[in-house]
Amino acid sequence: MPNMTLSHFEAAILFSLFTAVVLGIVTKRSDRERLQYGIYTFVCFVVALVGIGWLMYFGHG
Amino acid sequence: MAKEKEPKQPMPPFGAWAPAVALGWLIPGGGHFLLKRTGRGMLLLVSVTSMFLCGLMMRGAMFQPQTGDLLTTLINTGGFIGDICSGILYLLSVWLGYNQPDVAGHVHDYGTKFLVTAGLLNLLAVVDAFEIAAGRKD
Repeated sequence: MPNMTLSHFEAAILFSLFTAVVLGIVTKRSDRERLQYGIYTFVCFVVALVGIGWLMYFGHG
Repeated sequence: MAKEKEPKQPMPPFGAWAPAVALGWLIPGGGHFLLKRTGRGMLLLVSVTSMFLCGLMMRGAMFQPQTGDLLTTLINTGGFIGDICSGILYLLSVWLGYNQPDVAGHVHDYGTKFLVTAGLLNLLAVVDAFEIAAGRKD
């Protein structure tokens, strides 16, 4: 099994992508809603990721 | 104004949903394939399997159920349940000898979370397959 080394950002983006796809599929009832919700969830993950990242940066001083 | 409580839906017959749920647990997206939702099943299969494989390649640790204080029990038993929910992916990796100790480092840590989350996402897929098989969802 090859080894995979990712940065925090890359790992979190990958995590967001897979999770958003599954949440989009299982939550909504039409394909259009699924696509919209998947994109919305992914964007929420990324915004939270960047926001919390900056918060930690300022928190550490 | 108080919201009116929805009437409880009767449980569908066991035979209607059990095969989809069992196959959905064993193979990510398998329940959807069985119920002829091929596109969704394929996306679930690819997402859950990719996440699990990324977790393995990051050398994430598999949880073993442990008892002790409340937090230890919750984390280890919950993590173990999450790992098991990946079905055949978990079984195969254990049978093939994957035994990564829990070591420090952000990549390993992400790997451990990827492994558990893959199982939890598969659990969501299984619930979706149940709802489709029970006729509660298209």
